[in-house]
Amino acid sequence: MIAIIDYQAGNIQSVSNAVERLGFDTVLTRDKQTILQADKVILPGVGEASSAMNNLTKYELDTLIKNIKQPFLGICLGLQLMCDSSEEGQTNGLGIFNTKVKRFSAAEKVPHMGWNTLNTLKGPLFNRMDQSPDVYFVHSFYAELSKYSIAQCDYILPFSAAMQKDNYYATQFHPEKSGTIGQEILKNFLIL
Amino acid sequence: MLKKRIIPCLDIQNGRTVKGVNFVGLRDAGDPVEMAEKYAKDGADELVFLDITATIENRDTLIDLVSKIAERINIPFTVGGGIRTLEDAARLIQNGADKVSLNSAAISNPSVITDIKQVFGAQSLVIAIDAKRIGDEWFVFSHGGRKNTGLKVVEWAKEVELLGAGEILLTTMDSDGTKNGFNLELLEKVNKSVNIPLIASGGAGNRQHFKDLFTKTKVSAGLAASIFHFGEISIPQLKTYLLDNNLPIRK
Repeated sequence: MIAIIDYQAGNIQSVSNAVERLGFDTVLTRDKQTILQADKVILPGVGEASSAMNNLTKYELDTLIKNIKQPFLGICLGLQLMCDSSEEGQTNGLGIFNTKVKRFSAAEKVPHMGWNTLNTLKGPLFNRMDQSPDVYFVHSFYAELSKYSIAQCDYILPFSAAMQKDNYYATQFHPEKSGTIGQEILKNFLIL
Repeated sequence: MLKKRIIPCLDIQNGRTVKGVNFVGLRDAGDPVEMAEKYAKDGADELVFLDITATIENRDTLIDLVSKIAERINIPFTVGGGIRTLEDAARLIQNGADKVSLNSAAISNPSVITDIKQVFGAQSLVIAIDAKRIGDEWFVFSHGGRKNTGLKVVEWAKEVELLGAGEILLTTMDSDGTKNGFNLELLEKVNKSVNIPLIASGGAGNRQHFKDLFTKTKVSAGLAASIFHFGEISIPQLKTYLLDNNLPIRK
């Protein structure tokens, strides 16, 4: 069973649909026992960082996520919440990745919206795939490059397109919306 | 490098796809779920669904359609037509729409833009602008292009950005359905005046029109309906042509 954390953060149905298309059972939940018993856990999210973080705290999911042992995947806002802090709403994050989330400068259009190329891929999420795939992004804030970066993307500046620390994985792009390549990346996580 | 997006638009009426010329004289063009799947397989970068009937009685049909599309396709899609409130937007997003598109309602009640942005983020909100030239000035039209709002296009575009729109879908009504090409002058002018992505719509008739759009303006995306639905241009052919012309396009 794949637990998808439901903390009232936008379109989480898409993530559930994408996982089910790959043949896995999903449960949309904020119940602690259900999350702890799941094989894998996904933190999706589109929306605003400070209100999303407030919801995680309100449902007492912040401590649970920080101590989880299963493979865990944060997507988009999920990645940003796993960092130390975000400039969006000046909020603290979960502190799994010791790095900061900043706003893109207005040098180009913001949000960074559309298909962009990944480079410098590392680790199991990108097993058996093209080394410069195009995936779908939509975000106005980014995590800086750090020792956790397992994929980079260039928009205005190079930033972390995916990160990993131990059992924690995260993607700034949306694998659930990135066509067959996104499906492969999601599958690589689901079979970890 | 960020790729230029090719976006087929499916106009929906009573659960079927239609597309008219200059907004009248609609023809039936197929089952939207099947078409969405085919476009996704063909390499469309996103999809837009516009419910052109958008009556209250048809809302549940649209919601059902949105969840079926979300179950089957793995690229982003936007839904527009008849969205007036945060609750309307929430119902579509919770059933799997990635973005919602507002037009008339944003004009009569601009605060709905901020309401949606605060709950779902700017990236979930596309403001559609229907533009028509009168004399030397481009004006915003509402209600399916029937009513001149008196708003100037550039000013309205700037205002919706300020209020919280994440993207603008600009249709030049004079060219919509005519296949005479995008209105590059207006598109570039609006694109320069805002810092959010702009989707061009209205007038695409052949491959050259997309090449012109992406070489002569900096807009992010081109949208078209009839040329894709009736098989005049296939998306793979269009993309190959644009790649051959050294444009940044997703393979």
